[in-house]
Amino acid sequence: MSAALEVIAPGLHTSVQDLGRFGSQRMGVPVSGALDTVSLRLANLLVGNPPGAGALEILHHGPTLNVRAESVRIALASGGEVEVPGDYRRSIPACRSARIRRGEIFQVGALSRAACCYLAVEGGFAIAPCLGSLSTYARGSLGGFEGRALREGDLVPLALSEAGARAELELPRPPTGGRDQTIRVVLGPQHDHFTRRSVAAFLAADYTVSASADRMGIRLDGPSLRHNHKGYDIISDAVATGAIQVPGTGQPIILLADHQTTGGYPKIATIISADLPIVGRRVPGDPIRFTAVNQQQAEQIRRAQEAELQELIRAVRPVPAGKDLDLDSLYHGNLISGVVSGDD
Amino acid sequence: MSVRFLPSGDTALVVEFGDRVDRELNARVLRLDAALREHAISGVVETVPTFRSLCIHYDPLQTGAAELIGAVQSLLGQESRVRREATLWRVPVCYENQYAPDMAYVAERTGLSADRVIALHCGTRYHVYMIGFLPGFPYLGDLPAELELARRTDPRLKVPGGSVAIATSLTGIYPVESPGGWHLIGATPIRLFDAKQKTPSLFAPGDQVIFCPISRDDFNRVRSAVTAGGYRPQHGKLVL
Repeated sequence: MSAALEVIAPGLHTSVQDLGRFGSQRMGVPVSGALDTVSLRLANLLVGNPPGAGALEILHHGPTLNVRAESVRIALASGGEVEVPGDYRRSIPACRSARIRRGEIFQVGALSRAACCYLAVEGGFAIAPCLGSLSTYARGSLGGFEGRALREGDLVPLALSEAGARAELELPRPPTGGRDQTIRVVLGPQHDHFTRRSVAAFLAADYTVSASADRMGIRLDGPSLRHNHKGYDIISDAVATGAIQVPGTGQPIILLADHQTTGGYPKIATIISADLPIVGRRVPGDPIRFTAVNQQQAEQIRRAQEAELQELIRAVRPVPAGKDLDLDSLYHGNLISGVVSGDD
Repeated sequence: MSVRFLPSGDTALVVEFGDRVDRELNARVLRLDAALREHAISGVVETVPTFRSLCIHYDPLQTGAAELIGAVQSLLGQESRVRREATLWRVPVCYENQYAPDMAYVAERTGLSADRVIALHCGTRYHVYMIGFLPGFPYLGDLPAELELARRTDPRLKVPGGSVAIATSLTGIYPVESPGGWHLIGATPIRLFDAKQKTPSLFAPGDQVIFCPISRDDFNRVRSAVTAGGYRPQHGKLVL
């Protein structure tokens, strides 16, 4: 039988995502892809994949999976923890690769501080791309595993039947960007549809992520914004990921990965690409404050962030001796059961 | 004529030609789109033409808005030289009651008979302004003025896939079941989007569409042919 991960429990919403599906927006196909592309890239890096390989995006509560292969190397980034509850019970922290063997069941429980994390497997999944991407666009039943989030009983095919023989890797530190970081936006493309006072209020206000948040967007709780005489209907135009649209109710909505390619509401501002992964990680109740930069500054911030990320990638190292939990010694050695934590 | 360059974060630049639903504005959008695609400018990820603006999605690690504005300005003078190919499609539509839940409302509000609504809807050659909202959803115009109605105040949660609908100066086709606020006056058995095809969306911006009325029996026959695979509606090439 071919190698696969068997879904014992799917979690809240677990789907295959990569860096997105580009080139089809002119046909009305959303970009989709990871909400937090930085964490997706890091998870892939730790298992030796190209940065844009398809991985499992986990929202809020992770899946329970059974290894139907000789072994599989996995890594989780940037949050969460993998629990392997069987005979060789252990937990694998985020940002570190590990090997799991045939018949072992592993799970990612509730994420405590982030809305999403990424589970990458060495070699990736044996799934054919759709329109050049493995990303799942569930509303359009397109891409990923059968065009949908995982369900109990699914066998998600693995490209490799066995993990490669090599040292496990870890990140020396998680990527930066906390829950309280102010989110930078570029005003526009339609901030001229709002009263001057509303634009000022938007930049001064304390918003919070409402319960109405999914892969398509995040509705914000906070001050309502007023449109000026130009009103809240625009002739539909294209939408960039991170755009903040304001319908007639005045409550802003941040448009995320699965957003429609076009829309008819004015967009007061657009979150800069460097800050999108941070926004993707925010959970309902988290605060959101905005500050404005211009387009050139936003481009520079992104380039600086990428340089920083490359530095973090260069700092990836083998898991130091003693911290490495070698599976073979675990199976054949003298370890008496008990929780082996990778954190100590 | 001047254009406006609007920032959309650091990954998109909007080139706006005006603020109306207008064939001439849209033709300019499509000409710039064709010119940009022909020149394959480094760092441009993709372009999305809409009614009156072109959105250039870009990679800020490879280019920047300032460079793109320069590139667009140098193309704006010469984009009219780009020849644009398009397709004229004949789309079969069944306007019978079971597919036209809003026909009575449309007839009442426009003061026209249902037959007259159908004749007007079929008597126009429409322009595909853009594809958006859903994969393969075409925004077609312009509707005869007699058929112009505001959107429903209470959008439906479920519009059946294939529904042919009208709202404002536009008509469109829902490719798959979805929520929707337009008035449903018929349905087509053809498939508008199929990710497995080489060109997944049947229509492209700039194409033209004529609706042809068919009976319920024909609807079922065409739908069987579509399901069996290989059915393509009548079409012909246009050079604009």
